[in-house]
Amino acid sequence: MTAPFPTRKQEEWRYADLDALQPVWEQFAEPERIAVLPGQSLEQVWLPSDDAVQVRRVNVSLGVGASFRMFALNTAEQYGRIELEVDLAEGAQFDFFAANIGTGLSTNEIVSNVRHLEPNGRSRQVVRSVLNGKAVGSYLGKIEVARGAQKTDAEQSVKAMLLDRGATANAKPELEIFADDVKCAHGATVGELDPMQLFYLESRGLAPPDARALLLEGFITGLWDSAKDGDAICEAAREALKRVVE
Amino acid sequence: MLRVENLHATVAGEPILNGVSLDVPAGEVHAIMGPNGSGKSTLAYVLSGRPGYAVTKGSASFDGRDLIAMEPFERAAAGLFLGFQYPVEIPGVSYLQFLRESLNSQRRSRGEAELSGADFIKLARSQAAAIGMDAEMLKRPVNVGFSGGEKKRAEMVQMGIIDPKFAILDETDSGLDIDALKAVGAGINSIMRKPGKGVLLITHYQRLLDYVRPDKVHVLQAGRIVRSGGPELAHELEREGYAEAAA
Repeated sequence: MTAPFPTRKQEEWRYADLDALQPVWEQFAEPERIAVLPGQSLEQVWLPSDDAVQVRRVNVSLGVGASFRMFALNTAEQYGRIELEVDLAEGAQFDFFAANIGTGLSTNEIVSNVRHLEPNGRSRQVVRSVLNGKAVGSYLGKIEVARGAQKTDAEQSVKAMLLDRGATANAKPELEIFADDVKCAHGATVGELDPMQLFYLESRGLAPPDARALLLEGFITGLWDSAKDGDAICEAAREALKRVVE
Repeated sequence: MLRVENLHATVAGEPILNGVSLDVPAGEVHAIMGPNGSGKSTLAYVLSGRPGYAVTKGSASFDGRDLIAMEPFERAAAGLFLGFQYPVEIPGVSYLQFLRESLNSQRRSRGEAELSGADFIKLARSQAAAIGMDAEMLKRPVNVGFSGGEKKRAEMVQMGIIDPKFAILDETDSGLDIDALKAVGAGINSIMRKPGKGVLLITHYQRLLDYVRPDKVHVLQAGRIVRSGGPELAHELEREGYAEAAA
C-alpha cells in the first residue's frame, strides 16, 4: 500500500513542490533503508541526475560505533529533495555535506531528522545553498537527543547565498533535547555576493560571470574535502555553479 | 599612455573629482600626493572602473582607448593594474587559483595562449621570491589572515605575475615597516620601471618616493590638481605641509 500523499501542512513538506512530486510519488513513497552495522563505516556520494525531479528518501540506522559519511549535490531543474532519517546508537558518527544549487524556478530542499538515541554520538551537517532567479533552496533539519544520550555532539551549519532578489532560502535548524550533558551547535546565515570582492576579482581580469563563479566556489569550498572520492561531486558542483552565474 | 582630461566624478551623488587633468607618458612614474579626502583613491577607483563611481564630465584614455567605456576586466586585459589600498580578503579561494584564472582570463582576452599549471607555478614562485614573500602563502585563501604588510607585498606579487603595462598604486606604502617598504619599492622599480610602462603612485608620504623616484609629482586637493612639479615638490610638501604648498 502506498503511503498517503503529503500535504504542505506537514512541517517537513512545507516548502516542497508537491505538483512536481505528484506524478512520481509512488516510486518514492517508501524510503530506502541503509543500515551500517556496529563498528562499520560507510561513505556515499550522491550525484545529481539529469531528471527534472529528483527525490531521495533514506532511513539510515547506525549501529554502535558505526560511522556514515554522506556527500550530496541537490541541483534538480524543477524539484530536488533529499530526505534523511538517521538513528545513531552509542558512539555512532554521522557526517553530511550537501549543497543546494538552484536556478530559475527550481525548488531544492534538504530535510533531515537526526536522532541521537544513545550516548557519545556525533553528528555534523553542513549545507550550503546558492540560488538565482526565483529558485528556492531549503534546509529543515531536526536533531533529537533522547533522554540518556549524554555527551552527544551535534552540529548544524547552514549558509545560503542569494544571487537575485527573487531567490529564496529557508533555513530551519531545530533541536529537541532530553539529555542535560550535550553539545548542539547550530548556525544559519543568508547573504549575497560582496561587491568589493567582485570588483577586486574583476580588476584582475576576470569577467563578471567568472568572478561570481570563483566567489561561489569559495563559498561552498571545503564541502567535499573529506570525501575519499570527491572529484566527481566537486566537478558536478563546479558545473552547477557555472549555470547559476550565467 | 594614460591621459586624463578635465575628469569629474561623483560617488553616491557627491562630487569628488572636479576636473582632474593628467598626462602620464610611457616610461614615466608620476606621484599623486594630497591630504585625506582630496580624491586620490576616488581617482584610482574611477580609472579602474569600480561600480558606483560615476564619471559626469571629462575623459580618460589609455593607449588611445576610451577607458571609461570599458568594463574593469577589459581595462585589466588592456594592461591596467590597480594596487588596492585595502586588498580584499576572499575566503575559500586560494591565491594560486585566483591569480592563475585572472592571468589566463587576461591572456584569452588578448588572444594569447593560456599558461599551463606548471608554468604558472614557476612564475608565481619567482615573483614571490622577488618581493621576498614565502611562496607557500600563495596556497592560502586570498589575503585571509594576512597582516597589513603581507597584503601589500602580495599586491606586488600579483603585479609581478600579471606584468601590467600601467599600474595605479593606491597607498601601497601605507602600513608598511621599513623592510617591507624597501621590498615594495624595489618591486615597483623592477616590474614597472621599463620603457613602454607607466605608474601612477598615490601616496601621502615622501618616504616611498625615496625608493621609487617619480618623474613628476602632482598635488591633488579638493578633487583638482593644484600643483605639479619634479621630485623636489614631494620634499617641499613634506617640509611645509599641503596647505602651504598648495597656496
